[in-house]
Amino acid sequence: MSEPKIDGFELKPGFKGMASDTASDQTMFKGVHWGKAMMWIFLLSDTFVFSCFLISYMKGRGSTPVEWPNPSEVFALEAFGVPVPLLLIALMTFVLITSSGTMAIAVKYGYEKNRKMCGWLLLATALGGLTFVGMQAYEWSKLIHEGVRPWENPFGAAQFGSFFFMITGFHGFHVSIGVIFLFIYTYKVFAGHYEKGKKGWFTKLKGDYVEIEILGLYWHFVDLVWVFIFAFFYLW
Amino acid sequence: MENTNKIGQTEKKQEGSTHKIGIYLWIWTLLFVLSFFSYMVDWYQFQGMLRWSLILFFMFLKAGLIMAFFMHLFWERYALVNVLLWPMTAIACFIFLMAAEFQYTLFSRLFYFVVGGGA
Repeated sequence: MSEPKIDGFELKPGFKGMASDTASDQTMFKGVHWGKAMMWIFLLSDTFVFSCFLISYMKGRGSTPVEWPNPSEVFALEAFGVPVPLLLIALMTFVLITSSGTMAIAVKYGYEKNRKMCGWLLLATALGGLTFVGMQAYEWSKLIHEGVRPWENPFGAAQFGSFFFMITGFHGFHVSIGVIFLFIYTYKVFAGHYEKGKKGWFTKLKGDYVEIEILGLYWHFVDLVWVFIFAFFYLW
Repeated sequence: MENTNKIGQTEKKQEGSTHKIGIYLWIWTLLFVLSFFSYMVDWYQFQGMLRWSLILFFMFLKAGLIMAFFMHLFWERYALVNVLLWPMTAIACFIFLMAAEFQYTLFSRLFYFVVGGGA
């Protein structure tokens, strides 16, 4: 986040810096907290998981000769007696981006050691995530009532249901885990764990506001995945 | 906090230095606007190549903004950025392979639906 400095050691920028960082007889990711590097590696592997889901969806949808259900009709919602296409999905996107924004600013206030602002913004993020999960539960139950199953649905190609439940379900699971951790960290921040130097997760080392950035990385990743699901599943 | 070093360049001080809140608010607004645009693609029922290219354009723009600024990749050193971004080429290859695969599957299904399975 802020430029790393190592005494008596010149850190070159750009690709030259990359070559010397990688070749150096020390840590490779200069100035990156180990937890942050680990979170990035985890997110990279998670990217592959979600890519596999979305690619199998592409293959399933592309290889069926039966017509695919029209998402803008399937996911339409009645508002004031008029069906509005993708209304719920648009609201869910709005909620998730809102919570992503509050998270980004919470990270900033965390680094400024502004405990109260960081805590309130984390709480807002958690509530946004909770709202998202709630809306998704509503969406699922609505579709299940309409007869969408992993093996059949009344709208078109039978594969639709299995891809829908698998992809949105896995994403919703990520959001739920994120919400749980957001509440835990809201507590930790308000309780002043980082000022007191309580130990962090999976370590005996002292916790620090960098943990908020690590949590933030996870939360932004959830938003990032939603960007792709929104584009490929709901809009395509 | 910024101060000037010996050769006159301004440099960031590590202690308590964060990015200005303005940048986050800007990115946040942009994400809302881009999401609105991608929703409009569906609202106006654009079809065909126009629809797909607009969806992809807004999607990559949003993903890029989130990764670069919310996830701070824009400010990270290249060693980390490259470790994270190069594996995406493997995903691109996989997409390419599976796209070829589904076209073949669709072709053979349609072909045998018309011609029949044979004995």
